[in-house]
Amino acid sequence: MRATPTVLDPAGFDLPESQRRWLRWTIYIGYVALTAGIFHGLAQALSYANIDILRFFPGLRGYYQGLTAHGVANAIVFTFAFSNGFLPLMTARALGRPLVGGLVQATCVVLLAGNLLVIYAVVTNQASVLYTSYAPLQAHWTYYLGLVLIVVSTWLALVNMLVVYRRWRRDHPAARIPLLGHIAVVSYVMWFLASLPIAVSFLGFLLPWSLGLMEKVDPLLTRTLFWFTGHAIVYAWLLPAYVSWYALVPRQAGGKLISDSYTRIVFILFLLLSIPTGFHHQYTDPGVPEAIKAVHAVLTFGVFFPSLATAFSVVAALEIGGRARGGRGLLGWVTKLPWGDPSLAAQMLAMLTFVFGGISGLINASFTMNQVIHNTTWVPGHFHLTVGSAVTLTHMGVAFWLIPYLTGRGLWSRGQALTSAWVYTVGVLIFARGMISAGLAGMPRRTFRVAAAYSNPDWDWGGMLTGIGGTLMFFGIAQFFIVIAMTALAGARGAHPKDVPVSETLTAPASTGWERHLDRLGVWVAVTIALCVIAYGPFLAMYLPARLVSPGFRLF
Amino acid sequence: MKVHTYERAFLWLGAIVLVACLVALLYGSLGLDIHLPSRAGAIDPQQVASTPPFDQPGVRQIGPNQYEAVMIGRIWSFTPAVIEVPAGAEVTFTLTTPDVIHGFHVEGTRVNMMLIPGQITRNRYRFERPGEYTIICHEYCGVGHHTMYGKVIVK
Repeated sequence: MRATPTVLDPAGFDLPESQRRWLRWTIYIGYVALTAGIFHGLAQALSYANIDILRFFPGLRGYYQGLTAHGVANAIVFTFAFSNGFLPLMTARALGRPLVGGLVQATCVVLLAGNLLVIYAVVTNQASVLYTSYAPLQAHWTYYLGLVLIVVSTWLALVNMLVVYRRWRRDHPAARIPLLGHIAVVSYVMWFLASLPIAVSFLGFLLPWSLGLMEKVDPLLTRTLFWFTGHAIVYAWLLPAYVSWYALVPRQAGGKLISDSYTRIVFILFLLLSIPTGFHHQYTDPGVPEAIKAVHAVLTFGVFFPSLATAFSVVAALEIGGRARGGRGLLGWVTKLPWGDPSLAAQMLAMLTFVFGGISGLINASFTMNQVIHNTTWVPGHFHLTVGSAVTLTHMGVAFWLIPYLTGRGLWSRGQALTSAWVYTVGVLIFARGMISAGLAGMPRRTFRVAAAYSNPDWDWGGMLTGIGGTLMFFGIAQFFIVIAMTALAGARGAHPKDVPVSETLTAPASTGWERHLDRLGVWVAVTIALCVIAYGPFLAMYLPARLVSPGFRLF
Repeated sequence: MKVHTYERAFLWLGAIVLVACLVALLYGSLGLDIHLPSRAGAIDPQQVASTPPFDQPGVRQIGPNQYEAVMIGRIWSFTPAVIEVPAGAEVTFTLTTPDVIHGFHVEGTRVNMMLIPGQITRNRYRFERPGEYTIICHEYCGVGHHTMYGKVIVK
């Protein structure tokens, strides 16, 4: 790497304890949800291995009730609770200002209220409609309202970030936005735009329908609105992990981020391309013209590009760290990286598993080829390599410094933290290998295999690997939970990191030239909306008005 | 903005691979005539039993070596549960549902579709090998979801 001047991040900054307390309780909500969710995760994995442990679950009335809990707890509550704590903190740190205290509290309270409503609906078996909430399966209204409140909590977190940004901008009218602040804000701005279609679906259709104010709904339209949000939601889970990979991990590894502008371009590309790709989840749906599906296939391939760019940047930053620690040769730097640091190790394992997540995702997106694997266990095999590993392992890794930072207590056990990440990684790789191979043999996802009326010996090997891997994942997360709980309760006081580990970059943000336009968020939001109109406008123009044909069904 | 040489090479390589994949998909669809379900018409889900062709589900010949299989997926079975077609025949599946969303996957083939209330699902497939193919409903449709299946017998 060429020698260029490094750019130091603005001086460290101390978040008030009152705000730290609310941020950590926000994140704890996610950890409690994750830990509750993995119990049924274990039951599902073992079901695919033809082992039924559901009868040992008191109070659970069925496989699909548990599957709903697993999806909502792990994919929605855990992920957004983390982002609601992490992204505002990153914004505050980057801009050197405290957050708005009232909004920090409101974010936490609304998230908790949403959760309590969803828990009520799911535990009483009035909402076994799975995470996707496909109408005309109809849940109790508290389920839809609870999910709406969880989304509202993310909006409150974004408002907090934007207020802090505005105040900073007033004091620095001509400065570039510090990189960490830019990418944190862009991540949640993308999610805000992406969340609007599902808000329309829930507030305009599903909630009034579940309350009896509306007799019938349009199953294809609500499903399309779900996936309008539903693909971008995976990027809303992923981008906070990318924020850590780009802006924090290089420092933890003793390296430097290679380019300021390049990082901003990557996040702008995610803003533009994450949302107008949803029809690739509906390739096998009726009622959607094949040509529109083809356009979304091309756009989905487009959103793969910034992830490719990320692979280069992030690994280059690690290489700088490894070489600075004496690594030699083509790959010698890899072993010199501080693998004993659980925070860094977990995140490097996250990157490794994500290679397979990316490749399997590209196959899902491959238009007619999707017909081979659609709704087989291939698909959960894929997304446990993305949200279930890249995101989860990064969240674990970040927690190993973040929870000490927020609680003022040192990490409870470095060894156990490290073990939890490795056990989870080995588990998810075995699990996904099983899900993917059995999926290619046609094993259906979202299906209680133990009790199924059909079977196929070709699923046995993959199903067994699913069971073994899923069991390891369960123990990995259980150990993670113990490490976090013990840190919060019994970690050594004062042995915590005093600052967020923000990276330096090899090249400074340009103060002149076209790169300044990367900071004009309003313009990029307008371009994103234009792309969404191009991607969804023709379908909606052809399809609307809504065809309200289906009354609700409660078949659980 | 300076971009490192290796980085530039890496990104070009990535872009070329992506474009090559897209070209292959284009060939698969247009060249090999493999299609996804598209628009095939709307239906009132509460009138399925009295709306043609679903008032008479089953297999009928529609041309030389061409058949149409009209089927209904409902909680928790397919009607008819078993269909029979000759080997080498091109089968057009015409499907719908009167209740909730179901899946329709003929195992070992690329016949893989969603049944959505209010919509008619249609796609074509040529069964070359004789045998019994299980049809699995692979979308969650209530407590009995895992008992919902059917069969295609190719003779």
